[in-house]
Formats: sequence, structure tokens, C-alpha cells
Amino acid sequence: MSIAMTATCPECEARVKLTPDLEKGEILQCTDCGAELEVAETNPVELRLAPEEEEDWGE
Amino acid sequence: MVGVLCSRVRVEEKALLETLRRRAIPFERLDEDQVQFRLGDPHRRYSVVLDRSVHHGRSLYALTLLNAAGVPTVNMAQVAQTCGDKILTSAAVAAAGLPIPRTVVTFSRDSALQAIEEMGYPVVLKPMVGSWGRLLAKINDRDAAEAILEHKETLGSYQHGIFYIQEYVAKPERDIRAIVIGDETIGAIYRAADHWITNTARTGRALPCPVTPEIDRLARAAAAAVGGGALAVDLLEHPDGLLVNEINYTMEFRGFVDGTGIDVAGRLIDYVLQVGANHAAVA
Repeated sequence: MSIAMTATCPECEARVKLTPDLEKGEILQCTDCGAELEVAETNPVELRLAPEEEEDWGE
Repeated sequence: MVGVLCSRVRVEEKALLETLRRRAIPFERLDEDQVQFRLGDPHRRYSVVLDRSVHHGRSLYALTLLNAAGVPTVNMAQVAQTCGDKILTSAAVAAAGLPIPRTVVTFSRDSALQAIEEMGYPVVLKPMVGSWGRLLAKINDRDAAEAILEHKETLGSYQHGIFYIQEYVAKPERDIRAIVIGDETIGAIYRAADHWITNTARTGRALPCPVTPEIDRLARAAAAAVGGGALAVDLLEHPDGLLVNEINYTMEFRGFVDGTGIDVAGRLIDYVLQVGANHAAVA
């Protein structure tokens, strides 16, 4: 599977650099605006704002 | 086929998925936003499921439904239920005769305030569900106690009206995290911080910690007390000896790997395969 090496930040529209071993569900940070992003799709790559932490989240 | 229940893919999940691929182990992700459980169906597709969800509520139901359908999980639903709730964890550890900080549970503001005054300041108030040091409060005096108890009861969900009150342990500026997988303590780290909350998810730094016989014994006994599996046992260094603080059932381990060099993902996958094989042998 080939993927683009950048994708658009949904918050600030900057180009976010991607690594080739990208996983669906992976969390990235936009280096321009600092938004926390989630990989919604890998082919083609689609980023969305990561969900806000909820009360029952944990390890 | 190994199933991996995922919500967000962090450094830990990437390492686990990478290990599965490198070893050519057949696996499938069960993505939380897509998964459906048809009650009564046997989930024969999976020989074992590894839970890496960050949602305690979803995790608990997914594991319960999988176990009910005869699929073994790491960890088992019963273990998740106990470890996901600080009251149940402390109760299980104390019932096994293991040392914990002095802890009182109350169901009203008045009784909480009375318990705090009897325990003596400072005390720590913890939510029963949650992680990463969220919503912990160190209470140094009566004014703070009154304010926080009122805020919790008024602003929070019903769970915040159940008060988990614990002595503040004047520990060195660190705690200990030991990882137990099956019957073995695979290693330990100190989580050092300038703040009293030492979670590496906050500001805690991971430093190597030698696994002393006391750490090994206590970590394994605490893991067994909550049902056993692959667990991160957090210990506090009280002047009188080690105390069991919390036990995490879907541990993050990037700090642990940095501090020890131990391949936690590899050890975890070994254990998952072993649980699947043991279950198949019995079934």
C-alpha cells in the first residue's frame, strides 16, 4: 500500500508529515498548530481531530 | 487468529502490531468504532483477544462479551473490572493481606469530611475510575476538604459522590512501576517527578529500578490478588515498606521500555499466544 507522505491538518490546513508505517487510529500532532490528530484512513490518508479525553480513559 | 481491540493507536499499539507482523502471526484489529457483538454468537474467529482500548467502559463490555462467548482475553473481564475501579482494586489487594495505604470509602460529604479529619492531613481524594493522575486531589486542610467535597458532589457524576479517601504517602519523589506478565515480574522502573503525581503520562521520568525480592514478591502477589494476567503494579515507598497503590490492566509501557530496554511488546505477545494455546488445549 502506498501512501502520501503528507496530509492536510483539518485544523490549520498545514501539511503534516507522515511516516510510511502509518496505522489507522494512530495519533499525530500537527507541528504548525499543535492540534492532536487521528489517522481516520490510510489509503488515501485522511486526518481528523482526535477525540477529547473522556472520563473513563486510562491504562 | 489473534484479535486486538483498539481505540487509539499509540506508541504501544504500534509496537504490538509491528511485533505481530514481524513474527507473521495472523491477527485482526477490532476497531472500537466498528466492532459489533451479536450476543449468543460464538466468536470462533479469534483464539484470543488482546485488549488495548483506552475506554474502561467499552473495554469491560467487550471483554465480558468475548469471555461469555468462550474467547480468552488479555486481560480477562473480571480482572479489568477490578483494576478499572480503584475501590475494587484496593479491596482485592487488602483482602489478599497485602499492604495498601490507609483507605476509607464513604458515600456522603459529611462522612467523607469526618473520615478525612480522623485520618489527618494531608489526604488524597481519588476518583474511582480514571487514570493518568486525572482528578486526583491532595487535600492539605479542612477548608480545601470542604470545598473539594462539595465540588465533587455537585459538579460530578454520581460516581464522584462516592469518596475514595487515602492517606498521603510521604514517598521519595518517585513511585515504582513493576510489570507482571503471567507468573513473572519482567522488570520495574522508578517514575520520578517533582510533582506528587508521578505518572509518566504527566511529568514522571522513567528510571531503571532493580527488581528486589520484595518488589518481585509484592508485585506478583498483587497481580494474583486481582486475578492475574499482564498487569502494571504501581508501588509506593512508605517509610515502613512498600505499599500497593494501583494496578493497570491495559498498561502503557513506552517509559518502561526507555527505562529498562525490555521488549514489553514482545513479552506481551508471547503471553497472549500462550493464553490462547492454553485455552485451546483445555477446550
